[in-house]
Amino acid sequence: MTTWDILLWVAFPYVAMAVFVVGHILRYRFDQFGWTSRSSQTYENRLLRWGSPMFHYGILMVFGGHVVGLLVPKEWLEFVGVTEHWYHLGATWLGSVAALLTIAGIVLLMIRRRLTPRVMLATTVMDKTMYALLAAVIVFGTVATVMYQVLGAGYEYRGTISPWIRGLLIGQPDPSLMANVPFFFQLHVLSATTLFLLWPFTRLVHVFSAPLGYLWRPYIVYRSRDARNVGTGSRKPRRGWEKSERPTPDRERVPR
Amino acid sequence: MRVMAQMSMIMNLDKCIGCHTCSVTCKQVWTNRTGVEYVWFNNVETRPGVGYPRRYEDQEKWKGGWARNKRGRLSLRGGGRLKKLMNIFNNPDLPGIDDYYEPWTYDYDMLTKAPQSTQSPVARPKSLLTGKNMDIGWSGNWDDNLGGSQETAAEDPILATMSEHVKMEFEETFMFYLPRICEHCLNPSCVAACPSGAMYKREEDGIVLVDEDGCRGWRMCVSACPYKKVYFNHKTGKAEKCTLCYPLIEQGKPTICSETCVGRLRYLGLMLYDADAVLAAASIENDHDLLEAQRGVFLDPHDPAVIAAAKANGIADDWILAAQNSPIYKMISEYKIALPLHPEYRTMPMVWYIPPLSPVVDVIKSTGSDGEDARTLFAAIDKLRIPVEYLAGLFTAGDVVPIEASLRKLAAMRSYMRDINLGSEPDEAIAASVGMTGTEMQAMYRLLAIAKYEDRYVIPQAHLETARELEELACSLDTDGGPGMGGPGEARGPYAKTPGMPLNSTVDNYNEMRGENHMGGEKTKPTTPGRLNLLNWTGGAVPPGMFPPKDSGAPA
Ligand code: SF4
Ligand code: SF4
Repeated sequence: MTTWDILLWVAFPYVAMAVFVVGHILRYRFDQFGWTSRSSQTYENRLLRWGSPMFHYGILMVFGGHVVGLLVPKEWLEFVGVTEHWYHLGATWLGSVAALLTIAGIVLLMIRRRLTPRVMLATTVMDKTMYALLAAVIVFGTVATVMYQVLGAGYEYRGTISPWIRGLLIGQPDPSLMANVPFFFQLHVLSATTLFLLWPFTRLVHVFSAPLGYLWRPYIVYRSRDARNVGTGSRKPRRGWEKSERPTPDRERVPR
Repeated sequence: MRVMAQMSMIMNLDKCIGCHTCSVTCKQVWTNRTGVEYVWFNNVETRPGVGYPRRYEDQEKWKGGWARNKRGRLSLRGGGRLKKLMNIFNNPDLPGIDDYYEPWTYDYDMLTKAPQSTQSPVARPKSLLTGKNMDIGWSGNWDDNLGGSQETAAEDPILATMSEHVKMEFEETFMFYLPRICEHCLNPSCVAACPSGAMYKREEDGIVLVDEDGCRGWRMCVSACPYKKVYFNHKTGKAEKCTLCYPLIEQGKPTICSETCVGRLRYLGLMLYDADAVLAAASIENDHDLLEAQRGVFLDPHDPAVIAAAKANGIADDWILAAQNSPIYKMISEYKIALPLHPEYRTMPMVWYIPPLSPVVDVIKSTGSDGEDARTLFAAIDKLRIPVEYLAGLFTAGDVVPIEASLRKLAAMRSYMRDINLGSEPDEAIAASVGMTGTEMQAMYRLLAIAKYEDRYVIPQAHLETARELEELACSLDTDGGPGMGGPGEARGPYAKTPGMPLNSTVDNYNEMRGENHMGGEKTKPTTPGRLNLLNWTGGAVPPGMFPPKDSGAPA
């Protein structure tokens, strides 16, 4: 285990995690106004109409796959009847569909962003960095999968990468697990870690605003003018909060 | 009975001269910023015409408002909650910026600073989206005064619903102006469609607002509003809409558009309504019954039972008094001359209109008849189907009866008051023919024609017990990109792209903000080489031209 191993597979991920968590908290606390998906749909919709849903549904599937593959221990899956064979089939087939959707989507989105002047001009430096990183993560991940899982004999990442991640999460990091992982998987992991590092400072924060509460809340929302002071607007002021009047002279206390 | 108060507006269309002062003053106050250049919280349309955004009334296409389903319940026309979430990655019913228009500015500098040449200099239009030269082909009121309407008016969705063919020959048609703001609906579909719950109706005065901090830019409100009165700020990525100038309303002052209206045709006042009755009224089966249903939701502020219920619900005494003196209540519920815009959208809009009598009067006058004679006017209202049907398409879901009733009252007032003005005895029969008394006629005349400031605006102050917030100068929305920006305060957020100075939409600012032109297209900057407008400098990087070049030997 070299210093590099520790730096890359322990220090860097923990720094990224810390920035990810603290960054989100700080941004949520101080930059609500900047917290948005910053859609460019009004500029252009012909390409976006296809690209955006493809990418988003694809990446959601990819996310689901990663949760199953990385966070759920192999033994647990086997306990509920998902054998190695079935897992491999599922990961390959579903994974391919998801990857195709995601890649086609992001390619469309990037072409659109570059070739539509209105969209291009609304693109910030941070957007470009984010797009480059996101593309790198996806490309490295796909190359690794195609090389080892589809064309090759199959690389058993559930014995190395997955326990490494779980180790990180529970505070028992083991960098040796990552030392001999194939190069493209390593690249994939490193680029993803960088993406997490930058995440809170990009528009990707909109991921955490998925408005699931909409399914349950009442349609019409009422809010009071100022929730801190009950008794505003047409409401009667609360006791002690009545409007202060300018004292009238005859009621003023005159020193005797 | 749950009594709530609603600040509402009425516009008397006969008086609108289409000057757009309201739109311009509103824009100066609220949308004079990058990102909302194309946005007019207040706009004035010439009707017949296609409106702004183009054909916004075509709900088959835009899917705004509510629809009544087979079970008699209301659902959003654009789809329910699940469908909204499934479509969150791409809103299928969102108007593009070109449905409004591509915003532009002119290269004004060119006019004063161009070097001497044989041709006179031209201020070319520049797109505010790309910075390039553009040809202007559409705008917020392209068909102003029926300009080019032979070409475009056929697209007017109201004309399509009418039984009679309307010729758009200039000499034969009619026209009037329709100023529009957000309706501050009682049953707002924009609020219902917001996945983040960032839009809300204020409990105190019913003003519908967007919480700029809570908005995540999903854009569902833009589609869901049938009046297309929520707009997407393409710079900040947040929704913005008419605020009914609530910082003014809270101080008991009228909105900017009302205050500056040249025709003095806008009225502001309270309506008390029963919030528990709104949904049932909006779900009534027949579109033609919606007007009466909405009138039924309003409560009589003089009724002791209503007053008691209002007090029980925490409405203060001065607000009840204001509701009793409200010009809105008089025109909607007592005189019944005001009508809602498109009640068939079932959002229960709260900006109502007094339909214009002018299309009728104009025809009478053009035939040389007496345009102030009651009998001539009544006969014309019966006979002139086209304007009446058109008005019905706007204000009563196609039902001509309430339109006729309202127009007849206006006509009766016209001839009743003429007798008085000419010094003869008023003819009580005229008043009686529209079910009113002479006293009522005169009171209505005072409200509509004399229209004193204090009669037009009956606005109770907000009960704001923290006086600091009532200060006119401080506005919590004074942030970069925020609708109220323009205050002196420090507004640069940690992630903001530009410092928090008000940015007007000019070519200079556009370039300043963009820095270099990435697209390799023509640069718009050097209209006047070496000149820098310090007023536009946002305090960022040192722009070229700020200091003379180092090697130039020119004296300082
Ligand atoms: S008119 Fe105003 S309140 Fe009504 S739905 Fe549209 S934005 Fe909402
Ligand atoms: S300012 Fe008044 S008269 Fe002029 S367009 Fe606006 S509403 Fe009409």
